[in-house]
Amino acid sequence: MDDTLLEVKGLKMYFPVTRGLMRRKIAEVKAVDDVSFHVKTGETLGLVGETGCGKTTTGRCILRLYRPTAGQIIFEGHDISYLKEKQIRSTRRKMPLIFQDPYGSLDPRQSAGSIVGEPIKFHKLVLNNQEYKERVADLFRMVGLDPNMINRVPHEFSGGQRQRIGIARALACEPSMIVCDEPISALDVSIQSQIINLLEDLQKEFKGLSYIFIAHDLSVVRHISDRVAVMYLGRIVELTESKKLYDNPLHPYTQALISAVPIPDRKVEKRRQQIILKGEVPSPLNPPSGCHFHPRCPIASPDCSQIVPALSDVGDGHQVACIKVQ
Amino acid sequence: MALLTVENLKTYFHTDFGLVKAVDGVSYEINEGEIVGIVGESGCGKSVTQLSTLQLISSPPGRIEDGRVLFDGHDLLEFSANGPEMRATRGGKIAMIFQEPMTSLNPTLSVFQQLSEMLALHLQMDKETQRKRSIELLTQVGIPDAKRRIDDYPHQFSGGMRQRVMIAMALSCNPKILIADEPTTAVDVTTQAQLLLLMQNMVKQYNTSLIIVTHNLGVVARYAERIYVMYAGRIVESGSCDDIFNQPKHPYTIGLLKCVPRLDEEEDRRLVPIEGLPPNLIDMPPTCAFLPRCPYSIDRCREELWPPLELVDRQYVSCYVDTKQITQ
Repeated sequence: MDDTLLEVKGLKMYFPVTRGLMRRKIAEVKAVDDVSFHVKTGETLGLVGETGCGKTTTGRCILRLYRPTAGQIIFEGHDISYLKEKQIRSTRRKMPLIFQDPYGSLDPRQSAGSIVGEPIKFHKLVLNNQEYKERVADLFRMVGLDPNMINRVPHEFSGGQRQRIGIARALACEPSMIVCDEPISALDVSIQSQIINLLEDLQKEFKGLSYIFIAHDLSVVRHISDRVAVMYLGRIVELTESKKLYDNPLHPYTQALISAVPIPDRKVEKRRQQIILKGEVPSPLNPPSGCHFHPRCPIASPDCSQIVPALSDVGDGHQVACIKVQ
Repeated sequence: MALLTVENLKTYFHTDFGLVKAVDGVSYEINEGEIVGIVGESGCGKSVTQLSTLQLISSPPGRIEDGRVLFDGHDLLEFSANGPEMRATRGGKIAMIFQEPMTSLNPTLSVFQQLSEMLALHLQMDKETQRKRSIELLTQVGIPDAKRRIDDYPHQFSGGMRQRVMIAMALSCNPKILIADEPTTAVDVTTQAQLLLLMQNMVKQYNTSLIIVTHNLGVVARYAERIYVMYAGRIVESGSCDDIFNQPKHPYTIGLLKCVPRLDEEEDRRLVPIEGLPPNLIDMPPTCAFLPRCPYSIDRCREELWPPLELVDRQYVSCYVDTKQITQ
């Protein structure tokens, strides 16, 4: 049986840069530039990269919050890439989003119960009011909140609890996949693990629930994901199982990224080699030719500025986009 | 003798909601040329401690109630907050780098104007030397083409570059101590690695001491020699990084190390979260603040006051429980 839940093929999302009264287009930001991957049922795919690498835009394209410039998004066997807004809604219910900011993403004047219950009403997922109330209370319990807090408003909750409300709202949609966009980066260190564990528990409870986990923190992404895609300036440079990513990173950018993340263990840290990259991430308005990474790459050759490396399989589903590795 | 000794520092905020003991009897020291990490979650008082040593607490509502900050043979807290001695120390002898490079630089002044202000005030340089030295500093912190960029404004620099400018400013007067308050929280990891390496090199080169205030245990493990762990306004554990990462003794430190995902961990490892929430600092009970979240608590914890810091092996720990037996 084919267990592919989502397939993204050659996704491109270009944003025009305009100038003047007539909003003349003068340039394009290639936020996502030819990205392909798939997510299987029950799997967690991590999207990781630094600011401006296109990870959030990719997530938003999948939800069709943007109309992609090119490419295909196939969700549960249907091509949703260019559906109209009205047609997309029923599909979007199956893949809700959890946001980064637990403060900005909840309406401050709405009660927690009605925030969580809104998707149930909107998509008419229950028959009567009694069922609605039970369902909301159930959702509260599922994410570890006390159902007695249904009538409270967001400011009465802590950051971690608010993120739980966001998760309950996502679950209310009866999703087959949840897109988590930096769900824990606004939380305190000791609270982050509570939310990570909750997401993992929910995945076990609802068999077949998939996550797309977007974050900049490589340790967190690796922990929660089955496979990880590393992005750099709008392209995926490496995609592999999370174990291999740490044990055997192949792309020079991935190697540098991994070496830059400190591990809270003194003995391990003393042994580790650091790769310090030259310069900064170039502007996506004017990315380098060929491989976007070549000006900062320690192993670049003249060819690298000419050839756009394709993401190709080097065995066991480990995909790398680098002409020096393939 | 230590270069800077902070003794029993207490900074309270008198708010409409009650008394907030943001820093409640904190003592620490830093030696010459040493890198020290101060670790804790938001609201634990790590930043307020640093601001207090430089008398940068806005009063009211904040007040430094007690304590001594011994530096250079003086108690800094005896100086008036805006007096000449304090102003000469601040920036000149003890410099600080803040978390947000965008808000800590003045957007209406060029980088040169901001750098030269320091040089003129503390080192009485003339305009020409100021310019020469500023270009030198910017080049040292790795800003390419410093000569041309020196008259640019902060918004023309990227986040990482702005933080480099901050580092250049902090180092411009050869301070004896550099305090970096969450210096890399707002930047990407590869930039973080660049910046911390830069600071580490600068500190070595000038024999400056560095205090890194952070919530990131990994950063401390990589760069610091000693570590102080703070919780709810107090230091709960301190010692060398080798000892503490090898065998943490305070339940909070133990919990903190278990609850963060590690890049090198085994697959399917389950995180062990610290249950509950960080405490609300308003009108705290006199018992140990970690008690409600502590998995190892004993009756004594509920009956007695917050435990004092005591030397256990080579670490100072503020806990009644002998965690060594439990964790082994």
